[in-house]
Amino acid sequence: MSARIDDLEVATLKTALSLGLSAEEYQHVCRKLERPPVFAELGVFCAMFSEHCSYKSSKKFLKRFPTTGKRVVQGPGENAGVLDIGDGWAVAFKMESHNHPSFIEPFQGAATGVGGIMRDVFTMGARPIASMDCLFFGSPEWERTPSIVRGVVHGVGHYGNCVGVPTVAGQTLFHPCYTRNPLVNAFTLGLLRKDEVFLGSASGLGNPVVYVGSKTGRDGVHGATMSSREFSTEGELDRPTVQVGDPFTEKLLLEATLEAMQAGLIIGIQDMGAAGLTSSSFEMAYRAGTGLRVDLDKVPTREPDLSAYELLLSESQERMLLVALPEHVEGLKKIFDKWDLHSEVIGEVVEGRSVKMFHKGRLVVDLPVELVTDPPMADRAVAAPGDLKQRWFLDRNRLLSTPLADKIAAVITDFNFADPARVVEQYDSMVGNRTESGTFDDAAVLRLRDVKERQVRLALKADCNPRVCWLSPREGGRRSVAECALNLATQGAEPIGITDCLNFGSPENPEVMWQFEEAVEGISEACRALKVPVISGNVSFYNETDGNPIYPSPVVGMVGLIEGPEKLAMNSFYSSDLEIGLLGPVEAGLGGSVLASRVFKRECGQPDDTDLSMVDRMVKLCQRLRQAKTEMALHDVSDGGVLSAGLEMAFRSKVPVGLELACPPGADLDRFLFGEGLPRILIAYEPSERVGIESMVTQSGIPFHVIGTTNDSEAFKLRQGGASVYLSKLADLKKPWADRWAGLFN
Amino acid sequence: MNTAVVTFPGSNCDDDARDTLARVMECSVKAVWHKDRLSFSDFDLVVLPGGFSYGDYLRCGAMASLSPVMEGIKEFAAKGGRVLGICNGFQILCEAGLLPGALTINAGQKFICKDVSLKVENSVAPWTCEWKVAEKAVFPIAHGDGRYWIDEAGLAKLKSQNQILFTYLENPNGSTGDIAGIRNEQGNVFGLMPHPERASELRSRDGLKLWKSIRSLGKVAS
Repeated sequence: MSARIDDLEVATLKTALSLGLSAEEYQHVCRKLERPPVFAELGVFCAMFSEHCSYKSSKKFLKRFPTTGKRVVQGPGENAGVLDIGDGWAVAFKMESHNHPSFIEPFQGAATGVGGIMRDVFTMGARPIASMDCLFFGSPEWERTPSIVRGVVHGVGHYGNCVGVPTVAGQTLFHPCYTRNPLVNAFTLGLLRKDEVFLGSASGLGNPVVYVGSKTGRDGVHGATMSSREFSTEGELDRPTVQVGDPFTEKLLLEATLEAMQAGLIIGIQDMGAAGLTSSSFEMAYRAGTGLRVDLDKVPTREPDLSAYELLLSESQERMLLVALPEHVEGLKKIFDKWDLHSEVIGEVVEGRSVKMFHKGRLVVDLPVELVTDPPMADRAVAAPGDLKQRWFLDRNRLLSTPLADKIAAVITDFNFADPARVVEQYDSMVGNRTESGTFDDAAVLRLRDVKERQVRLALKADCNPRVCWLSPREGGRRSVAECALNLATQGAEPIGITDCLNFGSPENPEVMWQFEEAVEGISEACRALKVPVISGNVSFYNETDGNPIYPSPVVGMVGLIEGPEKLAMNSFYSSDLEIGLLGPVEAGLGGSVLASRVFKRECGQPDDTDLSMVDRMVKLCQRLRQAKTEMALHDVSDGGVLSAGLEMAFRSKVPVGLELACPPGADLDRFLFGEGLPRILIAYEPSERVGIESMVTQSGIPFHVIGTTNDSEAFKLRQGGASVYLSKLADLKKPWADRWAGLFN
Repeated sequence: MNTAVVTFPGSNCDDDARDTLARVMECSVKAVWHKDRLSFSDFDLVVLPGGFSYGDYLRCGAMASLSPVMEGIKEFAAKGGRVLGICNGFQILCEAGLLPGALTINAGQKFICKDVSLKVENSVAPWTCEWKVAEKAVFPIAHGDGRYWIDEAGLAKLKSQNQILFTYLENPNGSTGDIAGIRNEQGNVFGLMPHPERASELRSRDGLKLWKSIRSLGKVAS
């Protein structure tokens, strides 16, 4: 369609509307330009004013995040955020969504999502050393779900494995709200020297602008605008807007870029991600306060006769735009030639505040930088849903009258109570030789063999609880942060910063905007309480199909530090004569729990507000426990409560064990066993260690209860008031857990 | 010990191999680019590391086996020089004809990354002499194309010449004869799918025995 319109044809309101610009935005552009844009320019506005690029609905809320702290080297606004980890070293990280492409073409959608976030990180000058992936899939009963799962998991693995960045942690879950709108959120972390951070800035008048990487084709034209609208059931027709990834080229681009940076040949650099050449050129000029002149005829292309419009909007992968000194162009070319990659000077930094682009001897784009990079913000209506009271009603009587065995069965037959091996074993979780604990543990731990000055490790986790987010998006936001912190705590890590990926429905729906605002507030509250800054992030709106939004899904990726050589705690039982304690409240709320969802066949109950100061104390307690050098196992209590946590520790045990749990006297069995309020952590240790552990725990102001033992019975037994109330062979419970996801991959 | 680690475009375990040899085993390590044409006569060991050389877009290892650096490696091997191929390096050695057989897509059609238990089939210099025959070693695997294939006659020959050094205790990928690693007839070229460099500090320390075996024998007489 687009190829038939001449780049210089004056763009009418009708064309603008058909390409996703609103009437107000079109009029704003005409007023500021004092003329209507031409067609090629319209392409620039459509991409840059899209929700995906402009954050026009979310920006004012995102300003509420705490983004400062003593470790922050680079906060939000760049390709990735950067934190100081001491001794001259820093980490750069970010998370991004690739939800829409992954529904249209699961393999390529997921693969290019991983590729894009890796480029964001290495453009900062950081070598990527770890990735995480949060994959939220729809109902396993829907006929297309298995093929989406297979495609996405294969895509994530294929790209990361080939580039050589280990996928060390993440979250895979299933819920019907994602049936026609799966979420693929990819996180990458890179390591760099603190004083060698590269930024996306086109500075220095007369400096050449250099295009490096793959050639440009027609793929992905309009990717950014596609991501900024809802799907209809005919979504499959969107396939040509999905990009195709080439991890081999990415690996070469990574090595060549880092080599050129080391050689001091790069001034500014930016990935050509969403809206490709358009966003990279305008954003780099914007940050530097300069102008650019770009000769589109110099762009290396895969096929002849691309229009300026297509060259500007192509989202061909594995391409970068960089700015260098004129005398360094030769050196750059040499390095990129060594890695068999294209490098071409396509323009220069010029005076003034506009970007001029030429194509076949014609000036096709002549636009003021700020007009493009500062689109009018959208003032969206915000309204709380009217039915919150109904959502929060939880029928306790019905729960009490449900037999215990049925409740246990409900929780342990949940599709998400599953061994993730079939997914995570498809990822190379070890390449780079830093992964000390990984995909099966509460949090990933990487030893930094690169840092010679001291022994320091990184801990990583990404998390979101969509059930709780739907019932209370503010509490959901808090829990995304707190849950990550508690997972990191089981490894004794101190949280140092987060990135987020905020996945929501249409911002034109006031209830979605309410969810968004609440979730941002919840994340902010938790970050303030735990003193961790938000250093990067991404917003993905329009996650809905045929008017049905997904549950609010603010995914958080957290990074922590582990100082010192002390051994990490295990996350599973390691002996058949351990005592098991519960750190945290003996009872926890059932609102938003797996039990409530399974028994009532819908999310219900009001989730407890997390005691954030107790989370903070718990995190610090776990750091002290690790330093005490006592052998122990720690496992965070989340979905399915103490029951699921205890069983997982038994299923993962390397030695055969039996498990006995006892409801402490006076406690409500449901709230003890199935409650999911935070913070609660299970701890297992030699009985002789109890006194020492208990005194450390209570000194921290954290409740402590002995709630069970491991033994050699190879059975799971539950006691209440001295009586045995449940007994089953562990093997009978483990097999369905181990095989639950098998059918997806047959 | 003087070692060289070759980087092909798409190698991604080259840094891990260099780091393990230099930092853990205190060897001197030279990074070699695949376009370098050099004689390896000064080296005690040349390592072809894991990864996805040329993206594995053709048969794994096929493109890399034709890289300029391979001429020097073939000469070095012909003179008795020690060459170790790990994962993609093993695939390259098979494609280059320095080892018999071929590596094809895993029986399960999927990439697999996990720790596996290996059985030491032969305790031979310079690769496995730190182990006793039938001892167990735990190494991680991480591959999509690790299914070793060889015909019956070839398998019989591998067995009769004691060329099989490691087998899988539980075959993860459908390899013929559960084979995880083999050496050539002369014994100076060794390829294996599991990753000893990932089992030298983290996960297990069984990989150290491989490096120690090689190091204990010092320089090759040529």
